[in-house]
Amino acid sequence: MNNYVNSYLESTARERIERLFDPGSFVEFLPPASRVISPHLGQLDAAVAFDDGVVVGRAFLDGETVFAAAQEGGFMGGAVGEVHGAKLVGLLRRAVTEKIGAVLLLLESGGVRLHEANAGLIAVSEVMRAVLDARAAGVAVVTLAGGSNGVFGGMGIVARCTNAIVMSEEGRLAMSGPEVIETASGVEEFDSRDRALVWRTTGGKHRYLLGDCQAIVSDSVAEFRQAAIAACRAQPTFLCLAELDQEQAMLGERIERFGAMSDPLEIWAALGVEQPAAIPMLDAAQFVAVARPRRLGGR
Amino acid sequence: MDWQTRANAMFPLGHSLTELDNFLSGSAQSGAQTIAVVGTTGHAPIGVEIALAQARFVLQTVREHPRRPILMLVDTAGQRLRHRDEMLGINSYMAHLGKCVELARRQGHKVIALVYDQALSGGFITSGLMADACYALPDATIRVMGLPAMARITKVSEQRLTELAASNPVFAPGPENYLRMGGLQDIWSGDLAARLQEALAAETTGDLRSRLGQERGGRMFAQRVIEAIMADRDVLAP
Repeated sequence: MNNYVNSYLESTARERIERLFDPGSFVEFLPPASRVISPHLGQLDAAVAFDDGVVVGRAFLDGETVFAAAQEGGFMGGAVGEVHGAKLVGLLRRAVTEKIGAVLLLLESGGVRLHEANAGLIAVSEVMRAVLDARAAGVAVVTLAGGSNGVFGGMGIVARCTNAIVMSEEGRLAMSGPEVIETASGVEEFDSRDRALVWRTTGGKHRYLLGDCQAIVSDSVAEFRQAAIAACRAQPTFLCLAELDQEQAMLGERIERFGAMSDPLEIWAALGVEQPAAIPMLDAAQFVAVARPRRLGGR
Repeated sequence: MDWQTRANAMFPLGHSLTELDNFLSGSAQSGAQTIAVVGTTGHAPIGVEIALAQARFVLQTVREHPRRPILMLVDTAGQRLRHRDEMLGINSYMAHLGKCVELARRQGHKVIALVYDQALSGGFITSGLMADACYALPDATIRVMGLPAMARITKVSEQRLTELAASNPVFAPGPENYLRMGGLQDIWSGDLAARLQEALAAETTGDLRSRLGQERGGRMFAQRVIEAIMADRDVLAP
């Protein structure tokens, strides 16, 4: 495969599904032929999609039956509306009733679809609850984040409710987008055109060093596949007090150690990275060699 | 209205709520029950510290007071919009709070929420919307964002959005619309102490919001899409 074909970033949601799972194994639920479109976009004269921007279904991953969803960043930035969110909820609930071992969420989303405002907000909340319900029932829920639109807003929260997150360096994971922060709080707060700062703050390498994602890979569908296979074996899937106490301590320590800093470079230096300015230049394998011994929350 | 006035109306038998930097916590008496109360005040923007403070309180309640009901009091302007919060991974703090509420529920704590003033987007998703049932006072404001900002992002004129908001629950702020869409269980009026006791006594089984949204006519697709996928059907029920 050439680089273009293998690039996770450059692939559409459907191409990711096609290439990440065992060849020809994907069976879509509520496919585009069903013509289930957003009931809200029409009145705003906005274009609709026959899959409402998310593909959901069943596939084999290394021979195991899994469920999968892939958000299409090319349609409204992967944002979650009523139908889009309900497809994710339906998939997660069906994984519970069919006792599926793992659900892969190939997330790429700006969060709530503002064109569907209130319905989108409730939908994201329902997805969050459905993820946690699936985990409680023993289903491993794994996030893959490597799309150009990143994983933002409520979906950034949903991602951190899953068992594990696999990111590429190009992937981004955060809450409010840099443009939103700049608009609300000014360019001196967050310059959204400072690409390097945006990547340092929201990109996969920073998230890996902080312990917010569990694996980092190159921008390659094949590498995402290998990491996904490993992540699906994560056990146990359910939440327990000891784990959340640990997370509480980790997040508290993070504020104590890094709360007064103003640039991720300072955090990387504090973690013992000798040449923090060189981090953005390292490829995934070089980066992992430097970062793994120093990262927080390593497991 | 300030939180003290609300609290006094809700807990005539007494409470020990205290506020520190917009973080509200303590215990209160509701009928024969002692309940744990946690929340925010002053339209607090939810940054990493206040999200973590709420999570700490929920975990402490799970540890020290098994099965004690938890009431979340919601008044927030949404997530704090700062570079620092993003750098520290605010989504992880928000998710952590959501997971702590989920743990409490799994461990047998009834979790209810009341939007007593304002609820916006990110601050609401991990508080009120994580409860078994979320309620609101009639004059509460609930929305994703203001119409001017929404107009800028969606590129739909503010005038058009204002028109739509008049007839369509999807765009209009306010508790009645969230009620119709199933996002709220009910709107409290009259005797708040009685409403609280009723809510604490109500049965809750799982997330029924999409079904409520369909029954109440505010969200006609979500439940049908969920059902079609679960039943492996390629068409929605009429």
